[in-house]
Amino acid sequence: MLSRLKYDLTMAEAARGPGGSRVDLLVVADMVQRGARVLDVGCGDGELLRLLESRGVDGRGIELSREGVNECVAKGLAVVQGDADTDLEDYPDDAFDYVILSQTLQATRRPRAVLEHMLRIGRHGIVSFPNFGHWRIRLQIFFGGHMPRTENLPYAWYETPNIHFCSIKDFRELCRAVGAKMEQAVALNPWGGRMRLKMPWWFWNLFGEQAVFLLSRQN
Amino acid sequence: MADIGATLDLADRTREADDPHSPVVRFGVHKPLRLDAGVDFAPLQIAYQTYGTLNAARSNAVLICHALTGDQHLVNDHPVTGKPGWWETMVGPGKPIDTERYFVICPNVVGGCMGTSGPASTNAATGMPWGLDFPVITVRDMVRAQAMLLDHLGIESVFAVAGGSMGGMQVLQWAASYPQRVFAALPIAASTRHSAQNIAFHEVGRQAVMADPDWRAGRYFAEGTNPRRGLAVARMGAHITYLSDAALHRKFGRRFQNRDNPTFSFDADFQVESYLRHQGITFVERFDANSYLYLTRAMDYFDLAGDYDGVVAEAFRGAPTRFCVISFTSDWLFPTSESRAIVHALNAAGARVSFAEITTDKGHDAFLLEEPELFAIVRGFLEGAAKARGLPAR
Repeated sequence: MLSRLKYDLTMAEAARGPGGSRVDLLVVADMVQRGARVLDVGCGDGELLRLLESRGVDGRGIELSREGVNECVAKGLAVVQGDADTDLEDYPDDAFDYVILSQTLQATRRPRAVLEHMLRIGRHGIVSFPNFGHWRIRLQIFFGGHMPRTENLPYAWYETPNIHFCSIKDFRELCRAVGAKMEQAVALNPWGGRMRLKMPWWFWNLFGEQAVFLLSRQN
Repeated sequence: MADIGATLDLADRTREADDPHSPVVRFGVHKPLRLDAGVDFAPLQIAYQTYGTLNAARSNAVLICHALTGDQHLVNDHPVTGKPGWWETMVGPGKPIDTERYFVICPNVVGGCMGTSGPASTNAATGMPWGLDFPVITVRDMVRAQAMLLDHLGIESVFAVAGGSMGGMQVLQWAASYPQRVFAALPIAASTRHSAQNIAFHEVGRQAVMADPDWRAGRYFAEGTNPRRGLAVARMGAHITYLSDAALHRKFGRRFQNRDNPTFSFDADFQVESYLRHQGITFVERFDANSYLYLTRAMDYFDLAGDYDGVVAEAFRGAPTRFCVISFTSDWLFPTSESRAIVHALNAAGARVSFAEITTDKGHDAFLLEEPELFAIVRGFLEGAAKARGLPAR
C-alpha cells in the first residue's frame, strides 16, 4: 500500500477510461496543456506521470513512500523521495507550469501551506480530492453517528492516512482564503463518471464523490 | 601483522603504474593536463578499460568513474589480485549497465596507481617514481583528464556517466564542468562536498601511512621500503566507515576467530579483527601508499559550491543532463542528507532529477554489492534515458 495513495479507488478503478487509465487521472490530465512542465506531488506509483508523459508533458514527481519512488524511477520517471509538507519549500518560484495534488491534499499536515506553495511553484495548480460533503457521507454521520467509511474511504478514523478531509464547499473557501482563482472544476459521480451538467455548487457538493479543480494565482 | 612482510622489487611494484594490463593513451608536452594546483602536467598517461561496442552514431558511451580504491578493472578479473572486477554485479552483458547495449569506458583516475599518471608512475626527468613530487590533484583534474581521454576516443558526449562515492563526486563534476557532454548522470552514495567528518577520517588514514617508518617521507621506492603497515592500518580504519554497525554485527557479532575462548593477548581473537587485518593486507598488495594520500586529498578538496560562490545550484544552472541520485539508508559516510542536498540543488536549478533512497544495512559499500533495488533503479533510469536519447531498444 502506497502511503500517499490515500484511499482505495475501488469505484474509480472499475471506471477506467480510454487507454485503461483511472477516470480521475484522465480528468486531471485533460487539464494539462501539451508540452507543459508538471510537478505531481504525491505521485504514488507514477500512473498519472506516465499518462502525462504519453501526452508529451515534461513530468516530475515527489513521493513519500520509498516503494513508490523506486517503482517510478525504475519506470524511467523523474521522481524524488520527499514530503509535500516539508519539501515544497525547496522549489523555486514559477518552476513549473502545473503543480498537481492528485488525492494528496487531505493527507497533508498543513493543507493551506501546501496549497500556497503549490501556487507559488506552479503557474497553475490541479487538486483532486474525495468530497466529504457527498450525501452518503453525510448520511453516515447523521444517522449512523460514526465517522463515515465507504468503499472509497475504507479506513477507520484511528488509522486513516487522510487527516484533513474537506467538502467541495470547504475547498472553495480555502481557495478564496489563499487567493486562488478557480479556472475549472469537475465533479465525479460514484461510478467515476463526469458530472457534466451545469449545476449549482450545492448540488456538486451533495452528489459529487470526487472533485478536481484547476486553479491559478489571483493576479 | 607479520604476514604482510613479503617484498616485491621496485620493477614489480611500478609495473602496473607504468606499463599496465590495460590500453593506455599518452599525451605529450604539447597537450598538458592543466591542474587546479596551477601546474601544466605532461606527459600524461591514462589507462582505461572498455567493454561493449561504440555504435556508429557514437551515442551509446557510458563513462564509469571509480571510487577511491577502485580502478579501471570494472568487469574483468583484476590483473594483480585475480579477483573479479569491482562492479561486475552492475556492468556486463544483460546487467543494468548492459555492455551489449552500451559502450562502457572506465579510466583509472589521475593520481591512481593502475596505469594512469600518479605518484607511483615513473617521472621521466628522474627515472624514479614521482612520489611526493607528483602535483596535488583534485576531482576536477580527474574529470579534465577523462575529458581528454574521450576527445582522444572521438566521443563528443557520453550517454551516461555513473559512479559511487568518489566516483559520484566525479559524476557531479562532469555535469558541472561539461553539461553538454553528459546526457544522463548517476551519482551514487555521493556528496557535493567532503564533510569535516569525512576529511577527519581521511587525515587519520594519511597519518597512519606517514607514521610508518617505511614511508620515508614518500621516497620509499628509492629507499627500497614499502609502508605496508601504515597503509594497511589506513585501510582498516577506512573500511569500518564503508560498513554499518548493523552489517558488522550481522557478519561477525562478538564471535571468536578459530578459538573458543579469549587468549588474553592482542592476537586477533575476534572475527572482526581478523577480517579487518585481512582487508588491510590484501589492500597493500594492489595499492600504492602515496596514491592513497593523493586521492584522499582530492576528495577532501572537493566542494562544488566553492566553485560557484557557495551556491551548488549554480553548478547545474541550465544543465540539460537528467540525473538519478541514489543513497543508502545505512550509509553514514555519505548519508542520505548529502544526496538530498544534491537533489535540492538540482531542483533549484530546474534539472530533471530522480532520487531514490535504498533500504539496506550494508552501509556506504552497498553500491558495490548485490542490491536488487539498486539494479532495478539503475536499469529503469537508463532505460528511460535511452528512450529519450533515441538509442535503439534492446
